[in-house]
Amino acid sequence: MRRARILVAFLVVALAAGPAAAQISDGVIKIGVLNDQSSLYADLAGQGSVVAARMAVEDYGADKKGLKVEIVSADHQNKPDVGSQIARQWFDADKVDVIVDVPNSGVALAINQIAKDKGKAMLVSGAATADLSGKACSPNTIHWTYDTWALANGTGNAIVKTGGDTWFFLTSDYAFGHALERDTEAVVLKAGGKVVGKVRHPLNTQDFSSFLLQAQASKAKIIGLANAGGDTTNAIKQGAEFGIVRGGQNFAGLLVFITDVHALGLPTAQGLIMTETFYWDMNDKTRAFAKRFAERDRGIHPTMIHAGVYSAVTHYLKAVEALKGDDGTKVIAKMKEMPTDDALFGKGTVRADGRKIHPAYLFEVKKPTESKGAWDYYKLRATIPAEQAFRPIDQGDCPLVKK
Amino acid sequence: MPAPAGADVAETAAARVPRHQVQAFAAMVGVLVAAPFFVYPVFLMKALCFALFACAFNLLIGYVGLLSFGHAAFLGSAGYASAHAAKVWGFPPEAAIVFGTLVAALLGGAIGALTIRSRGIYFANITLAFAQMIFFFAVQASFTGGEDGIQAVPRGTLLGVLDLRQTHTMYFTVLGIFLLGFLIVYRAIHSPFGQVLKAIRENEPRAVSLGYRAEHYKLIAFALSATLAGLAGATKAIVFQLASLTDVHWTMSGEVVLMTLLGGLGTIFGPVVGAFIVIGLENYLAQLGAWVTIVQGAIFVVCVLTFRRGVVGELGRIIRKPL
Amino acid sequence: MPAGEEITLFGVPTQALFGQLLIGLINGAFYALLSLGLSVIFGLLNIINFAHGAQYMMGAFAAYFLLQWAGLGYWASLLVAPIAIGVVGIVIERTMLKRLYHLDHLYGLLLTFGVALVIEGVFRNEFGSSGLPYGIPSQLTGSYNLGFMFLPKYRAWVVLFSLAVCVATWYVIERTKLGAYLRAATENPTLVQAFGINVPRMITLTYGFGVALAALAGVLAAPIYQVNPLMGANMIIVVFAVVVIGGMGSIVGSIVTGFGLGVVEGFTKVFYPEASSTVIFVIMALVLLVRPAGLFGRTA
Repeated sequence: MRRARILVAFLVVALAAGPAAAQISDGVIKIGVLNDQSSLYADLAGQGSVVAARMAVEDYGADKKGLKVEIVSADHQNKPDVGSQIARQWFDADKVDVIVDVPNSGVALAINQIAKDKGKAMLVSGAATADLSGKACSPNTIHWTYDTWALANGTGNAIVKTGGDTWFFLTSDYAFGHALERDTEAVVLKAGGKVVGKVRHPLNTQDFSSFLLQAQASKAKIIGLANAGGDTTNAIKQGAEFGIVRGGQNFAGLLVFITDVHALGLPTAQGLIMTETFYWDMNDKTRAFAKRFAERDRGIHPTMIHAGVYSAVTHYLKAVEALKGDDGTKVIAKMKEMPTDDALFGKGTVRADGRKIHPAYLFEVKKPTESKGAWDYYKLRATIPAEQAFRPIDQGDCPLVKK
Repeated sequence: MPAPAGADVAETAAARVPRHQVQAFAAMVGVLVAAPFFVYPVFLMKALCFALFACAFNLLIGYVGLLSFGHAAFLGSAGYASAHAAKVWGFPPEAAIVFGTLVAALLGGAIGALTIRSRGIYFANITLAFAQMIFFFAVQASFTGGEDGIQAVPRGTLLGVLDLRQTHTMYFTVLGIFLLGFLIVYRAIHSPFGQVLKAIRENEPRAVSLGYRAEHYKLIAFALSATLAGLAGATKAIVFQLASLTDVHWTMSGEVVLMTLLGGLGTIFGPVVGAFIVIGLENYLAQLGAWVTIVQGAIFVVCVLTFRRGVVGELGRIIRKPL
Repeated sequence: MPAGEEITLFGVPTQALFGQLLIGLINGAFYALLSLGLSVIFGLLNIINFAHGAQYMMGAFAAYFLLQWAGLGYWASLLVAPIAIGVVGIVIERTMLKRLYHLDHLYGLLLTFGVALVIEGVFRNEFGSSGLPYGIPSQLTGSYNLGFMFLPKYRAWVVLFSLAVCVATWYVIERTKLGAYLRAATENPTLVQAFGINVPRMITLTYGFGVALAALAGVLAAPIYQVNPLMGANMIIVVFAVVVIGGMGSIVGSIVTGFGLGVVEGFTKVFYPEASSTVIFVIMALVLLVRPAGLFGRTA
């Protein structure tokens, strides 16, 4: 009888005590890589981001400089409450100083708030929402790599200027999809184009034939895919089946990563136009990085998310060294003060609203005959200079920016 | 569902609570009161909310014999209602939680009225259908914030006195709410009402022939289960300061089944233990990515094949008294 | 097509509407094939096979691997993949499901739910979530110009093949001696066993057959939907809804409902596309309220 009680009590406490067991004293810089490791975004971020963070710490030479750096990682499963609970535990109990990556805008926004409440730091590489440097901007967060505005601006503008002036939107019926559609539509209209139709599909739609038929009937020159992940790849694959490109229309991928192109294969993905802020085959430095990265990550070449994690962690360590401390708010402020320079993004800056600035690139997917092998997928169509690539600082409604 | 372990013995003396159960309850309270000083309290609060959710679910499946595959609808809707009330209407936390619970109660009554005539797999399916419709509503409605959810919900001050931003204050509030819900479930089961439910589960036509309106009793049990699930959801929204689509997704309904099954269907303490184990595992395995689903699936399989009574059910069998 | 005037119905040009209707029928055929396996297993064995989605996904992956490792193309995969995955199904039945027959159906549901989680987790771990490319077989590329739309040849094939398999399965189960034994064995296993028929083996083979049907649908899907570990999870509750609406235990019911759903979904995609993945649940709720056992169902 007593044994049973004790057993139950022991079970509960033992199982619950697990997560809190690892207590590390300060004097260590602890970096937490939080992202999706098991579902939609596992390939474009996932374990690769952890590898990128480790490479950043090693390349920075942390041990030689006498800095102790530790990296932990966890899977937020694309759930805001799981992500938020891990973040709280990391910040409160596990002495994590900065959380990086966080794809999935819902989770990123939740953690953005927590980091602000607790005075810690957050470096976002994976999430897309431009609100992170807009309405939801915070003195504890820097939004690295990309956002919906940059993608809409790059792809939308460049395509209209090269003749793609009538658009049909295929939008995922989620806040993120709506935002992408809204931002791109604004850019298209401003550049003199027209939007001749839109259709919103539920998330995780398997069959796009009906929507593709509507897109074909609209006779728009460009079909804008305001969705991501499986929805984008399914739409493109079925578009090839229905002869979209043969019929004279083109797909514009508003959020496409090199891992998606890899999953589709060049015969299906050729001709796709998209904007990214990093490509592994741009110059010698990026190629060298990609080679080392691929060796450590099952042959996968780095996406812009991975590159962003590398770049952000590098700059963070520089700021911590200069500041000789790791207080979240202070480090972020220091990161905004110091100009950035790394092998992957070159020179750049971090603005007052927390937006990292660097050039963006318009890419087109090569034809199978133009590619020399796996991962050789993109050709460069245009470069958008850093000052034009991101939303102007006064248009974001960020409370940190004085008008 | 056939009669689960433990529900048969002590029912005859419905008025007196068996001594071993009092002792088990005291042990549980003791552990939970001491725990936040050793274990990260936010994790404990999450586990407590889910434990309450699982107890509510267990009421329906363990004692009425109905497997609902749509209980997430109540958890999530109450969460949205409570989050909205606290953030947009400025309700103090206790009012927000009560509001959320009421929303779940109304939803439970409405859905219950429509579904209670079904049984077995049909019941599971029709509850799933309604839950999917609520999920769709949550995606479309603007106040829910779509996949971003309702963020930055204020914790506020309880009864104008206790600042819930203090973790320990929040914890003991949640513990209080959990114990309240737990005791309501216990009282419902060990009462004449609970006896009738048992009779209905064992032999419905006979219960009806004795003059009991079975549908009424089942509906009340359903609504009660929904209300307590709502209480869990509304509290969770205040603790985590957010309400999101995860809580109305059908996989959440699957998780509560897992917790209850693992802990022990139809036992009193089973859902609590099951919830703590599952949440603990999720935490532990978060570092390992995709392994969480694999382990959860494996637990399902093992439990169904060899461990059908669940942790507490087996314990109850060992000590030969229902827990 | 005369210049200028276009006939419209509900504000949509009739041409477009015909196109959508045809797409709806094609998808309906696919849904019917997809739900066939589930319906056979529940109808004949009273097992609720929640692992159906995972088995569908394994069928698609099997097609991919047969191509990669054995150079076997699409046509060979149509035969080999279902058999391979059917064998996996048989293993699951022999080792695990068999022990639950004496219990409530819901334990079978929970077991197969767990199996599905494990299979999908393992595949996700191994293959990520972006998916793998699988092309349309060369004999079926290109499209037919129907005037009101271009119909891809592969889709036409899907409709014809699905219809053929559905009809063949229904025929075997309802009209042949083998099917009669099967149906008798589920109603009264002891009696049928007394006649000398190996009932447990029939049950195992039937389960394997149902799983093979799921895998067959997976091979059919591989060229048009991305082969990825999440493909099963996304559609399992839809397939369930089809079977439930049709009436659990009625093969005709799930075939008819599959087609019906395809058409209804097709129309929803034109007039209220955001709701196209929820409309099935509304229909399920309505049907179950009016006819609790489904449209063609037997006892509730």
